[in-house]
Order: sequence, then C-alpha cells, then structure tokens
Amino acid sequence: MSQQSQIWIDRNYVVCSGCRRCEIACSMFHEKRIWPEASRVRVFMFVPGIEIPHLCFQCDNPRCVEACPEGALSVDEETKAIRVDDSLCTACSLCIDACPGRVPHLHPDGSHVVICDLCGGDPECVKACQEGKWNALTLSRQGDESLTKQSPETPQDLTRQTGTLILGDTTLREVWDQ
Amino acid sequence: MRGYAGKFLDIDLSCGEIRERKFPDRVLEDYVGGRGLATRILWNRLGKRWEAVDPLGPENILLMLSGPLTGYFPGTKICVSGKSPQCNGVVGSTVAGEFGVDLKCAGHDGLIITGRAERPCYITVFDDQVEIKDASSIWGKQARETVRYLTRQSIDEIKAKRPRYGEVREPSILYIGPAGEHATRVAVVLAKYAHAAGYGGYGGVMGSKNLKAVVTKGFGPLPDVHNPKSVAAMYKTMSAKGFEREQFRRWGTGNGGYYFGAGTSSEPIRNWQEEWHDVEAYIGDEFDKFWVKKYWGDFGCPVTCLKLAVLRSGKYEGAICDNPDYELQSYDGTNLGVFDPEVNIHLAQVVNEMGLCGIQGGAVLGLAGELYQRGILTKDDLEGIELEWGNPDAFEALMNLVVNRQGIGDILAQGVYRAALRIGEMKGVDLTQYVVQEKGMAIGGHGIRSEKDFISNHIGYACSVQGGDHGSQARFPPNGEGGELSAILHDSAVYCMFAKSVDNEQVFRFYTAITGWKQTAEEWYSKKALRILQLQRTMLLLGGPDVTWRPKTDDDNPPRFWEPLPSGPYKGKALDRASFEKARADYYLAVGWDDNGVPTPETLSTLGLSSVNTKLKAAGFRE
Repeated sequence: MSQQSQIWIDRNYVVCSGCRRCEIACSMFHEKRIWPEASRVRVFMFVPGIEIPHLCFQCDNPRCVEACPEGALSVDEETKAIRVDDSLCTACSLCIDACPGRVPHLHPDGSHVVICDLCGGDPECVKACQEGKWNALTLSRQGDESLTKQSPETPQDLTRQTGTLILGDTTLREVWDQ
Repeated sequence: MRGYAGKFLDIDLSCGEIRERKFPDRVLEDYVGGRGLATRILWNRLGKRWEAVDPLGPENILLMLSGPLTGYFPGTKICVSGKSPQCNGVVGSTVAGEFGVDLKCAGHDGLIITGRAERPCYITVFDDQVEIKDASSIWGKQARETVRYLTRQSIDEIKAKRPRYGEVREPSILYIGPAGEHATRVAVVLAKYAHAAGYGGYGGVMGSKNLKAVVTKGFGPLPDVHNPKSVAAMYKTMSAKGFEREQFRRWGTGNGGYYFGAGTSSEPIRNWQEEWHDVEAYIGDEFDKFWVKKYWGDFGCPVTCLKLAVLRSGKYEGAICDNPDYELQSYDGTNLGVFDPEVNIHLAQVVNEMGLCGIQGGAVLGLAGELYQRGILTKDDLEGIELEWGNPDAFEALMNLVVNRQGIGDILAQGVYRAALRIGEMKGVDLTQYVVQEKGMAIGGHGIRSEKDFISNHIGYACSVQGGDHGSQARFPPNGEGGELSAILHDSAVYCMFAKSVDNEQVFRFYTAITGWKQTAEEWYSKKALRILQLQRTMLLLGGPDVTWRPKTDDDNPPRFWEPLPSGPYKGKALDRASFEKARADYYLAVGWDDNGVPTPETLSTLGLSSVNTKLKAAGFRE
C-alpha cells in the first residue's frame, strides 16, 4: 500500500442542503444503524436554512488530547485523526471544554465521548455529501495548493458567520436568540 | 415489529393525562401508520358519532403519526390528521422535516391528541419525558418568533438535563401561527419556516385545542429493522435514482409559476378566470436570483428540491421562504394577479408567518378578488380595502382580516366553499360558479381542462377521498403508480412522494426489508389500501356537522372546469361530460362502490369492515 498523505475535511457551510445524509452515513459506519445523535458529524440548525455540519477540525496540537486525564485520546499516527479509547474514557467531558470549537460530544448512551476518526482515512460523510453533488464537505490532502486549514469554531460562531452571509445581520438577529 | 418504535403517546389536553399506547401487530400490518392508521384510530374512536363531531371542538382527535419507513426512506415526512374542518372527512396531510425522525429516536411512533387545554400550551417530547407546558409567552406569535423561542427554550432545557453532553442541537418543532390559533379553516401546521401540512386544515384543529406546538428531540437510534443489509443496499439504490433527477433537483417546483401557465395552461390566474399566461418575468430564473441556497432539503433527502429564498434588499428586505414552491407561486401570485417574483416571495413569507395555508388562503383571497371585480363585494364589505388584482398591499390587508377573523375576514376564514355559501346568502346570489373547490377544499394549482398538466385526470379531484388534494388523486384504473391507492402508500408508510424516485414495487420490497412483513402489490391494492380508502370514503360521506356531500352529485368537477378554457394555446378546450361520467362509473366499480358512489356491503364485508356497513345503513346510505 502506498504512503497516504494526510487528509482534512473542508466545510463550505453556505451550500449545506441540510439533508443530514452525512449523519446517516457516519452512524451507519460507526454504529451500524441510523443514529443521528451518535453521529460524529452533527448538523446544527439553530435557524432553519442555516445548517452547520459540525465535526472535528483536526488541530495541529489538539487540546482535547492534552486535556484528557485518562489518556483516552490520542492522535492516530497514520491519519492524524483523534482516536478515542472507549475503555479508558470516563465521559468526564473535559475534552469538550478544552476544544475551542466544542466539537466532541458524549455518545447518547453516556458512556464515552465521540470524535470523528476520519473512518480510518476514507470519510463516509464526505462521500455522502459528494455523491449528491452538494460538496459542503470535501477533502483536502497534504500538499494541495488550495489547502487552507479551517480553525475550530463553535456551532454558535459558525451560525453567526454563515447566518450573516445568508440572511444579513439584522434578519439573523431577528430570527435567532443567541 | 420492526421499523416501529412500538409505542404511541395518547395525550388528553382537557385533563393533562399522558399515556402510552400500543397497537397490536395486526393493526399496524393492516393500517401501516400515518394516513392509514389515522383513519383507523378516527373510525374506532369517533365513527359511531362522526356526523356530530365538530372538527374544531374538543371532541376531535389530532394525530401526528410517523410510519415504518419514516427515517429510513431517503426523504422524510410526518403525517398530520384528524377530522378535517375543510371536508369534514379525514385527510392525511404530510409535512417534511426531522420531526418524524426525532420522534422515533425519542421512542414514539406518533401522538394522539384529544381534548382541549384550558390555556395555551405546548407539548415537549424529550425521549421518554413528555410534558405539557405553558405557551402564554408565544401565543399570538408568528412563525419566526415561535421557532426562535422554542429552539432556545428547548436547548436550555435539554442542556440542563444533560450537563456534560457537549453542545446540544435544536429539537424538531410542529407549530401553528395566528391563523391556527384563531381556529380558521384555512390554517396549516408548520415546520421550520415554510414547511406545512396544508390540506385538511389541521392548524385550526391545533388552535381549537389551545395547542401552539409540539417539540421533540430524541437521543436514541432509529428502531431496529428486519434486514439491515438489504435496507442499506436499497437506501443506496433509491438514493442514486434521486441523484439522477437533475432537472427536478435544479428547479424543484420553482419554475412552475411560469411553466404551468405558459406551458400547460393549468395555473390558477385571478381565481381561475384564466389558466394561461406567458409573463416571462415569472420564469424560474427570475426567482433563482433570490435563492441563497439552490439545494435545500430535510433528513435523508437525495433530491433537496427546495430552494431557500431570501430578500436582501428592497421594500421587502428580510423575507425568507422556500422557493416559493409552485403552489404558492400560483395561489399567492398569479391567482391574485401578481406576476412579480419579489412580491410573490414577500406574500409567501407573510402567509407562512401567519400559519395560513398558501393554497386555501390564496384561494379565498382570489375568490374575494373576483367578487370585488364583479361588484358583488364592495369596498364597504371589505373594511375599506380596494381589492384590485395585483395589489399586494390590498391582499395583505385582507389576509390580516382573515387571520384575525375580523369583519368579512371571519367569513373568508371558513375557506372558499363555506365563504361562497355565506356571502351568496348575504347578497342573494348563487356564487358556486365562481368557486373552484372539491368537498370544501380549494383544489391544488393544477387545472385539468388543457390535459397537459401532470394531473390531467378528469375524475382526479371529483372522486378523491381527500377532496381538492392534488397529491391524492383518484384515477382509473385505481391500481399501480399514481392513483389514490399509491398516495395512501406514501402517506401511510410516511415518506416524501417528491423524493420518491423508484416505483411502488421497490417501496414494497423496502417495506418488507424494514418490517419483516411480506407485502405484495396485489395485496396492497386489493386489500390494505382499499380498506383505508373505504374508511376515508365513508367518513367523507358522513361528514357534518355543518356541511355534507351528496354521493355522486358532489363527485363532480367545479362548475368553472366545465366551461371552455378562455385563453391561450388550448383556448376552447373543455371537459367532456359523457367521458367523465364513464370514468367515474368505472372507478366506482373498480374500488367496490355502488352506482351512487357508496361502498357496497360486499366490499365492506370482504375487507372486514362490517361496522362501516352498519353505520352506513343507519345513516341512510342504503336503500
């Protein structure tokens, strides 16, 4: 097998259709069933029409890993994705508070945290988004000229930015209780 | 029992009692969910005294039901039903969004809501915690404010329950606007800003129960399915078919405002006085200029045929709506003499904000427009409004009267049929010739005289058990794609018929893979769907208490449709009475009704519906 270059999932929020097929794909892969809340990518819709697919931003120096007191989080050597060792995780939520984008969330059964693992290098959510030609989620590879890594942001911040683009500032304030 | 959460919520708003309800497998096998199950629940609970049940009284039952395919099928809906204040029968009225998925993930297949709350309330279903809450702070509020408040409130509440969960997402909400609160017969149940369960008038039913909204969030998975591998494979192939529909994906119904006028001569224009126009300013491209999302959809949808329209400048800055879809482009555009996309987007947004039905509301405004044009309604009758075609301010002012049931608005709030009767009485003239309706419901924006519309069926509206619903058309022969027995499949298994990109045969296979219950086409058309149809037909014929329909006599097209088309390339085209009557007779026979359109004793006994036969006899439908 040839050496794989590192990948990142890029997001273009203004073209997200809100179909949530990324959540279906993710939970089918990880949970073997459709389970929107257990999906590692979750589409936030604080305002109808402003849909924000939210998932791990793959920071260079992930603070979630640093914050974990149990050593349950690590960076995958090959993909550089965050790995969660469910058997070590105590669902203390410190990683969520440490993440500048507040991306991780607990598995709905409450037993451990869930974070995007890039499906081992071929992310299902990106495939789901691209087969439908929405391209809200796309892949960047190390060495791509256009590579601009997105920094972690909260669903609220992203809703604010995307909402301002789509609706304008005044209308956004009218429709959303931030 | 696979594909179902397995339990329903039975909520009595009069006493605040909340109970769990289960149905035996055989009931779910026979009636599926959504429209079918609604029909069965309503017949069992209200059938004996159907004629006396006021759809806007506490005795009516409001249903919000998913189906076994909800969530798994690529394209999700929820079905709202009850005794309809429009046709006085049962309408299965579906609306898109995540509500059905959230509800099933919360562990419930549906809600059965009875009684009437003393004060305005809303219901929350957060997993197994179900509560009735005070809605006084949102009663009277329009769509945006309602969604804004309930979203914030619910997120805060869920966060408090799950302090360590991480960021919490919004719940799914079904709600009403002021048109529903005032118990008009032209109100919808809304989701998001512009999604609506329109036909049937269940917004008014919700309002009559003092119920502002139902909010749900589920943290569980969708229920187990019988054959996960086969379900996953079929999800993929069904989706792929959806991806192939490039034209429909690109435009949705958003080019309809031009196409159904210029192309097929079947668009309502100035209250159906014409069906043809060729105003190019009303073409899809002109709407496209305001589409900030060109592909917009709901849970699992491969088609995303909606478009998010936002006005960012001009007189109507801040307007938000979807497309608008064709029905609102026509009924709240051309039908009012409006041929300007920007004005139409504004009017559509006002309609949505009020929780008014785009079709029923637009139709009743159009009727008033024609009566004004003919001098039957005057400025004095209309509280000083000069209701000139194409004047958005005038129509908006009248819309306000309708929603708040002030002055003439109280009469118009009863919908086109009842309003025409009442105004006719007041003025001493017969107005039925000006009303384009079927069984108390304004028909969809699809005329049938040109025979060029996708609904070109002469008996489609006339023999439908859902009156004017263009999504539930009767057709001879009744079996196979496209007829009312198909509509019963979509609305009972509960998925989006717009997203459906495969034939019914594949849906039956998908249903079997999910439920584990074998389903053949033969059995569907000859037994299950037919049984649901008989129940709907029976409750439609029983009707009441304010109006009823005569079998056969009222299974007819609106008077206007018997006149020749007045303009356009199909000018002069008219329906043929003899061929209509033949198709109607053929249809009656094929679905097991007698010459008069009443289900026969043999049909009912074959389908195991002897209680229906007894009732029809008692109600005088048997010689």
